[in-house]
Amino acid sequence: MEYLYLLSALLFVFGIKRLASVKTCRQGNRLSQAGMFVAVVATLMTVGNLSWVVVIIAILIGGGIGAYIAKKTPTTEMPEMVAALNGFGGFASALVALAALVLVAGAMSENATLADGGLVNAISTPVTILIGIVTLTGSVIAYLKLSGKNIVHPVKGDARHYLHAALGLAIVGCSLLMVLTSSTGLMATAAILLVLVAAVLGVLLVMPIGGADMPVVVSLLNSYSGVAGAAAGFVVDKPVLIVVGALVGTSGLILTQIMCKAMNRSLGNVLLGGIGDDSVAEDARDYQSIKQSGPEEIAMLLDGAGSVIFVPGYGLAVAQAQHVVRELADLLSAKGTEVRYAIHPVAGRMPGHMNVLLAESDVPYDQLWEMERINGDFKNTDVVIIVGANDVVNPAAREDTGPIAGMPILDVDHAQTVVVIKRSLSPGYAGIKNPLFELDNTLMVFMDAKAALEEMVKEVKDL
Amino acid sequence: MDQVFLFLLVFLLAALLGFELISKVPPTLHTPLMSGSNAISGITIVGAIMCAQSGSGFLAQALAFLGIMLASINVVGGYMVTDRMLSSFKKKEK
Repeated sequence: MEYLYLLSALLFVFGIKRLASVKTCRQGNRLSQAGMFVAVVATLMTVGNLSWVVVIIAILIGGGIGAYIAKKTPTTEMPEMVAALNGFGGFASALVALAALVLVAGAMSENATLADGGLVNAISTPVTILIGIVTLTGSVIAYLKLSGKNIVHPVKGDARHYLHAALGLAIVGCSLLMVLTSSTGLMATAAILLVLVAAVLGVLLVMPIGGADMPVVVSLLNSYSGVAGAAAGFVVDKPVLIVVGALVGTSGLILTQIMCKAMNRSLGNVLLGGIGDDSVAEDARDYQSIKQSGPEEIAMLLDGAGSVIFVPGYGLAVAQAQHVVRELADLLSAKGTEVRYAIHPVAGRMPGHMNVLLAESDVPYDQLWEMERINGDFKNTDVVIIVGANDVVNPAAREDTGPIAGMPILDVDHAQTVVVIKRSLSPGYAGIKNPLFELDNTLMVFMDAKAALEEMVKEVKDL
Repeated sequence: MDQVFLFLLVFLLAALLGFELISKVPPTLHTPLMSGSNAISGITIVGAIMCAQSGSGFLAQALAFLGIMLASINVVGGYMVTDRMLSSFKKKEK
């Protein structure tokens, strides 16, 4: 029966392999589901004196909740959902380590310690609890930040780092006590303290990270939830958990790297916070020579355009404008205009956020172009329409200094005309002025994205 | 060879394999990749089930129950939402 786990691991690996192409990705997801099914069945068949009532009721309740969330969550809120699931995954692994600890402690002879059971258990148990709980509470803060709550770290400056270091030391202390004591009472106290301190640390670690950096945080927590699973594999001696946990761990890590690269920042820089947190926003008075326009004029402009590129940002998701963008795009396509979407890697609040949002609105994925592929084409483009994006099109990134210096951006200013749909001149998450708005070829439409696009659709139809 | 070494080797090789596989996933599919890997990290359900032994006392059973439940949310929720997203990716219909 143990061999079933081999089959399960293979199914996961091939499932992820199939995720590499849009054509095979659904099949990949099914293979991965099959892998999970096989792993669960193998476990149910091999564990002796299983408490079936506990297992079945827990699976039914959890599965029901999961199905409900999956059905109810709109694609615009996908970052929040992924953050929540990261937290659940991490917590589940921590619970595995805690449950295993209780079982081991119950079976231990007098005067024995956890460390006597072997080095692997002694190290992996506290590590699993630590990573799992940090993932849980970190994800809670990420979830709240993604839902628009403004949460600021209570401690400023260097004191913050000392506090985190002190908590780290406390965690090491609790872990040592937990594995080296022969008293079950002390062991339980140490485990509870470990959970509490790790919980506080998770909260404090995510607090200083700015809202714009959430794609990085969500990816990193995704990685943690995998690592917690792998660590739990060491606790319960199950290689399949180690393999699969490592796969998820690297997946999250790679996405984290991609996100950091797309912002030209190091992971350390993101984690220490900064952009979008304490920085001060400049206000509208700093702008001169703004050219304002309205949906009617833009519609005429679009009517005469041979090529149009839409640049979506998080504002598109907030305004729920993804369907009406597609409507406008279809209208233009029908007139023979070349329509494309330019997707910046960090547009939105998680990797690939814009892609799923537009795909759900039936935008064909071959119209979605990545930054590297489309950047050279802006100079041959008649009209660029920016919907709810700001920092990713800010030419200030080309300067040598400034908060976003060196960040790769979409070269929208090379286009003939740039239309920016934006409610006001308020800055993006980076909190800096966007010189794009002052350019001669930029037209500003100060409206809600959805309302503006709806009017444009109407005007284009009437032309 | 002792088990610690073997397990660490497995971890290392799986991580390298993951690196190879995930690097090939295009940015378009990054969100489904994340929700999918969320579901996959629900594999910890295996560990949770192993801890749900009858006659092991209330605390162990309660922890295992909660672990299985949370992991099931991940597995079912993650896979369903991934499938929903993937089903929306299609080419332009003629």
